[in-house]
Amino acid sequence: MTGAAFRVFAMGAMLGAAVFLLAPLAIIAAASFSPTPVFDLPVGGASLRWYAAVGSLDGFWPALTLSLEIALLSTAVSLVLGTLAGIAIARGAMPGAQSFAAALTSPLMMPGLVLGIALLQFFRSVGLTQAWPSLALAHVVVTLPFVARTMIAALSRFDFTLLDAARTLGSSFPAALVRVMAPALAPAYLTAGLFAFLASMDNYPVSIFLTDARTKTLPIKMLQYIEESPDPSIAALSTLILLATLALLLVADRAVGLHRLAGLAE
Amino acid sequence: MTMAPQTLAKAGEAAIPRRERRAALTLALPALIVLVFLYALPLARLLSLSFLGDAGFSLEAYGRILGDAYGRSLVWNSLRLGLITTAITLVVGYPAAFGLAMSKGALRSLFLASLFLPLAASVIAKAFAWTILLRSHGAVNDALLLLHITDKPIRMIFTQTSLIVGAANIFLPFMVLPIYAVVAQIDPRLTEAAATLGAPPLSAFLRVVVPLSLPGVVAGVALVFSLSVSAYVVPTLLMGENYQTLASAIAKAFLLVRDPALGSAAGAILMAIGLVVVVASNRLGRASGGR
Repeated sequence: MTGAAFRVFAMGAMLGAAVFLLAPLAIIAAASFSPTPVFDLPVGGASLRWYAAVGSLDGFWPALTLSLEIALLSTAVSLVLGTLAGIAIARGAMPGAQSFAAALTSPLMMPGLVLGIALLQFFRSVGLTQAWPSLALAHVVVTLPFVARTMIAALSRFDFTLLDAARTLGSSFPAALVRVMAPALAPAYLTAGLFAFLASMDNYPVSIFLTDARTKTLPIKMLQYIEESPDPSIAALSTLILLATLALLLVADRAVGLHRLAGLAE
Repeated sequence: MTMAPQTLAKAGEAAIPRRERRAALTLALPALIVLVFLYALPLARLLSLSFLGDAGFSLEAYGRILGDAYGRSLVWNSLRLGLITTAITLVVGYPAAFGLAMSKGALRSLFLASLFLPLAASVIAKAFAWTILLRSHGAVNDALLLLHITDKPIRMIFTQTSLIVGAANIFLPFMVLPIYAVVAQIDPRLTEAAATLGAPPLSAFLRVVVPLSLPGVVAGVALVFSLSVSAYVVPTLLMGENYQTLASAIAKAFLLVRDPALGSAAGAILMAIGLVVVVASNRLGRASGGR
């Protein structure tokens, strides 16, 4: 196989993958304009009625608010914990750094349902029965591996002597952190934050065990809607979330370049 | 896998002042506390529950899973879903990661968006979209009819075809992204050097580029296998009762029939599979030259 032939083959594979990956999203977007109460491709005209219906879905706003609260809080906590741990690992001064790094990323490979039950039983045993704090704590474990993966990689590549150089040149330590380290790590933070946030927003298997009748996250509400009445309002809601993400990706692309984000998503 | 620089960690250990080591431990402490109390301890507790029978220690729950045909089919169905999904995403994702690394401009933006955007759509909505695409009078069958590949609609919905297509679709980005992250960093001058030294392009690719890409492959395979072997939403929505896995048995044991010993045993088996993946991927990642 020559270089040019491989190039065509590889680009063709990625193009095929892109079509395959975007196909269900196109279906979701198309179904959201359906004029009929069936989750299907629109036949005979388009309608915006399901967008209007999203806001009045029973229990939708509390579920969205809860998911956003849990995702934002757990992502923020994980970013702090992951950065501190990443520095400890990257500086090489920590005994057992390799095993610690492996342990930090391992929840990603543990079955979500198992983690969910294990946490439910554990919280019960220590007397924690409220849904909100249970979910928040559990989602720290859900988001931490995404942050740890990216931050350990980024910090391993960061040249810490730059901080010393900045201080030699008269900068204070906090100023060196803000003006030297923060810009170098900005793409890593964006990647880590994005992946962690999305993982928390879409988590079903861990959350299902920790919610109660009144405290339900968005994915749990969505599965309930689909099972009870699969009308296109779920498609409209998903399309709105996709549009918001698309806007976020455009901003990220402008700010640091999407390829740099993808390059950190190891 | 992303690891701390090995040489640094090993060579430095003796030379590092105690003060710095203590500082490192202090930095790691919050994450360590989360790992111990919200992860290791709860999982260990679940594991111990799976050995609990009516009268103390018992392997009864494991016997109920591994001892009968239905129980073994749960294990096999989980493993099969994991293996097939991993194989398909690797075959598609490996060349695709190279395609992504070679692309430029608008095409690259499209490729990247196609990998990132699906992560924002709920698994639930995507699985439901596949039921629309694959049903008897859905888009895929219409296309097959139009192209005269088939003369009557093929039943795909609620079959293993739909399950595999859906799972491959949902987990493909987790294969492409780790491989891309590694491939994008391979110095193109290496293949040029191999060519200068007389290597034919195929052998330069197989002997230079493929070995360098292995850490990404290990990471992608570990991620996709562990996600798909324990997938719950995908098989539930795409096949329902027709494809029972360890994950669906866990959900049923805890949410419907209240049989915690059985659920814990099924969970422990899935956990063991996960642990094997974690340990194996770390070993292989290091052996293949991952940082």
